Amino acid sequence: MDPIKNKIQNSSRETRQDLLGKILSYSCILLIVLVVLSIFFFVASKGIATFTVDHGNFWTFLTGKTWNPIVNNAKGQPEIGALPMIVGSFGVTILAALFATPFAIGTALYMTELASKRGERLLQSVVELLVGIPSVVYGFIGLSVIVPFVRNHFGGSGYGILSGSFVLFVMILPTITSMTVDSLRSVPRFYKEASLALGATKWQTIYKVILRSATSGILTAIIFGMARAFGEALAVQMVIGNAAVMPKNLLSSASTLTSILTMGIGNTVMGTVGNNALWSLALVLLLMSLLFNILVRLIGRKGRM
Amino acid sequence: MAEFIETKDVHLYYGEKEALKGINLSFPAKGINALIGPSGCGKSTYLRTLNRMNDLIPGVTMTGSIQINGKNIYSPKMDTVELRKKIGMVFQQPNPFPFSIYDNVTYGLRIAGVKDKQLLDKRVEQSLKQAAVWDEIKDDLHKSALSLSGGQQQRVCIARVLAVKPDVILLDEPTSALDPVSSGLIEDMLLTIRDEYTIIIVTHNLQQASRISDRTSFFLNGELIETGRTKDIFMRPQQQATDDYISGRFG
Repeated sequence: MDPIKNKIQNSSRETRQDLLGKILSYSCILLIVLVVLSIFFFVASKGIATFTVDHGNFWTFLTGKTWNPIVNNAKGQPEIGALPMIVGSFGVTILAALFATPFAIGTALYMTELASKRGERLLQSVVELLVGIPSVVYGFIGLSVIVPFVRNHFGGSGYGILSGSFVLFVMILPTITSMTVDSLRSVPRFYKEASLALGATKWQTIYKVILRSATSGILTAIIFGMARAFGEALAVQMVIGNAAVMPKNLLSSASTLTSILTMGIGNTVMGTVGNNALWSLALVLLLMSLLFNILVRLIGRKGRM
Repeated sequence: MAEFIETKDVHLYYGEKEALKGINLSFPAKGINALIGPSGCGKSTYLRTLNRMNDLIPGVTMTGSIQINGKNIYSPKMDTVELRKKIGMVFQQPNPFPFSIYDNVTYGLRIAGVKDKQLLDKRVEQSLKQAAVWDEIKDDLHKSALSLSGGQQQRVCIARVLAVKPDVILLDEPTSALDPVSSGLIEDMLLTIRDEYTIIIVTHNLQQASRISDRTSFFLNGELIETGRTKDIFMRPQQQATDDYISGRFG
């Protein structure tokens, strides 16, 4: 056959390489999507089974205060009141975010606006170090330092929502700080110049221009911090007391969705009511992290306008 | 009789590099002064010494003295915040804040502590009218300034400076990022306020300098080559370099 005709009618080596690359990356994407979907499907099917197979009442699940899935109540439904855990999870998350946000914004402002290059690098590595510490270490420090501290200064046993939020405060501080730093750095330099050239002081410029332009980024940072706090299991479990009862105050033993999950999952048999009820808790966690993600997207979209 | 702005033997270094090599230059009160010269000749750097914006760049050192209205602005007692309230600056790229037009124009007044709503409203209208942009945007004052065109944004930025009623207005190539129509509007506007303000404008556009300025100074390689009335500089330059530059032989 004519060699030229042969050459242009068959794909070249480069085209074949291109195709191979495309196939590789698409199959990676497909694999990840499959994994995510199957996790969702698995958790959802197990979690919903509590209500369909074991005849748990969904309303009881959200508002009931008694958590004892193995025992049936007067109506013959399992006792799956998850409200104490839901309150516990939201309690530690919101408190931790409230404690951490001012410190994170302060640290981030210091790093971007005030510190020298050396001070900035030092703080940067401190923040990165805080991210890298395993959560069991945080939990252990919480157990041996924060729990006695809370017991001696605030009363109670020391185990409870307050201790949990103190531990989470330290754990989410670096997350919020480093994301706030990113959003402050992305404020264009000319906003700052324009403000200073109009006779604004450094503080006025930070407060009225830089923080205002970075608001959506800072909100995103806080929500990411909250998502991390909501999902943290080990460290919280070590200091919160793990009593599946409605917390009376910040100092009484409480529990979170994650702490009950990690405590219970090894002690139940697959397919039983007790096991399925834990999967329902996992489903709530999954839906919450989905919600946090959607919130971040919404804020990001609003910030771009 | 000392001039309104007087600079004596100003040297400025970016680290080791000498960007200004002993500038002696003075400006009378009121009127438009143009600074011309090729890129990198130091004219923008010189402009930024007048409101101490170079202080913000790390590694900059300066010697010499600059007096404005009889006060040494580089004296240790000088408050840069007060100085910059008196000396407004308009930048090359329109740089409105990502706020509403109203909040942009009132920014300078608000940071100075003005809270009187009526006064703020009045100044917004006055400044936007002076900046020749009022008629185009008067119904959209609470829209984001970022939604305006580049030319409108730049005029809002000028209004933002006019609102605080400075003594001096520094403009760093204010029209180089704009279309000819917007540039023309800004030139006309500068001509209407020339009797109230001391205006110093850096420009790459020689026609612009000759059209609007009363006095022109020519910079080259960090040195001031020639300064004088605009008519004289363009018609009868004394230095060969000035002649070469304005007749387009280099630059």
